[in-house]
Amino acid sequence: MKYVAPSSVEEATSVLSSSPSAQVFAGATDVVPQLRAGSPAPEVLVDLKKIEELVSLKSDDNKWTVGAATPTAYLTENEAFSQEFPGLSEAAGLIGSDQIQNRSSLGGNLCNGSPAADSVPAMVVNGARAIVAGPNGTRVLDVSEVVTGPGETSLADDEFIVEFEIDKMPSHTGDAYLRMIPRTEMDIAVVGAGARVTLADDGSIEQAVLALGAVAPTVVRIPDAEDALLGTTADEEALNAVAAAASEACNPIDDKRGTVAYRKQVAGVLAKRAVLIAIERAEQRNGTN
Amino acid sequence: MPRTHITTVINGDETEFLTEDSTSLLNALRDEVGLTGAKEGCGTGDCGACSILVDDRVTCSCLMFAPEADGTTILTVEGLADSGELHPLQQCFLEGAALQCGICTPGFLMAAKALLDKNPDPTETEIRYALAGNLCRCTGYDKIIRAVQEAALEMRGK
Repeated sequence: MKYVAPSSVEEATSVLSSSPSAQVFAGATDVVPQLRAGSPAPEVLVDLKKIEELVSLKSDDNKWTVGAATPTAYLTENEAFSQEFPGLSEAAGLIGSDQIQNRSSLGGNLCNGSPAADSVPAMVVNGARAIVAGPNGTRVLDVSEVVTGPGETSLADDEFIVEFEIDKMPSHTGDAYLRMIPRTEMDIAVVGAGARVTLADDGSIEQAVLALGAVAPTVVRIPDAEDALLGTTADEEALNAVAAAASEACNPIDDKRGTVAYRKQVAGVLAKRAVLIAIERAEQRNGTN
Repeated sequence: MPRTHITTVINGDETEFLTEDSTSLLNALRDEVGLTGAKEGCGTGDCGACSILVDDRVTCSCLMFAPEADGTTILTVEGLADSGELHPLQQCFLEGAALQCGICTPGFLMAAKALLDKNPDPTETEIRYALAGNLCRCTGYDKIIRAVQEAALEMRGK
């Protein structure tokens, strides 16, 4: 394997176009274990971290821009970002140890294609967009369009994600992400649930977006649960409908971390709890941000 | 296989070494630079025995390719002591018997150093989270946590 560290997006795409077996990486926290487990080694390893846009976290009046290879620790350490997107920040903070979070990135967490990637449901509920670079320039994908199955993405071999754009959190809106694991730290999600809620002036739910991780080949939205919340104040009936829709949306695997029945039940419980946390946060965001 | 020339600052000294591109930083430190403090436990970023600081951030050196280290500043456990005087963390680990076989110790020391650098007065919970990426099969962790608390206390007193 040859290591290259291009210093610009153009240089990186030209390396990828000229080397069919090149592989991009950011923190390598998944790439190295996969290589050690016997995955075929690429001819060229393309380190994206020397490209300025890829390691950057900034905001303007309209949006946050997160470089795809930016260590997730930068997100959790950034107070302004973490106050605005506590759910996404907490999801990023659940990925592995401090050692891992100093290397792991949103781009890597997404493109590794694990159904259990913690940051993905939180990005999806916040409507994050991926700016994808390729030989013919850039294109924009919703984060939910990137992963097509376990370990599979819709990106071409000579494309990579440069950065994510996330519109500023509107007023009266809050997000949340919850994860179930059998221990308190350092494990992979049995179920992950992201929620984002916008409240109307009368306190009823005007908009709701819910997404589940680790219960299907890709992260799944739960439209029936979202519909069940609209116009309500998340009363018991609405929350029971959320739980039922979440369980119904699951198509999980049976493995050592959880059975199908367990994952379905936990998905319902976590979806309800995530909605309640998102509502509480939405109530606190009264338009001053 | 052609070897790549890497320039770094390791434990305060400018250090150059040659490495194959696919070599981990851990193996380069151990085999090319001769610093064998960092250990390989799992080789997949789960156990933390290879923890070092790269540009002041605690990192599993087994998950880094050696060429990535070019231009960085690295601290390994060998750089923790100052002119032969043990770092308070090392002294407290020794005095508190916070190690038995010792394989995990260099990694715990570096993760604890990273924690105390940014949080000089951590709670027990904060210590346990900060050390969650380091595994120890001998001590049961309690003595390690207490050693870090002792060291934090001592370092704040200075």
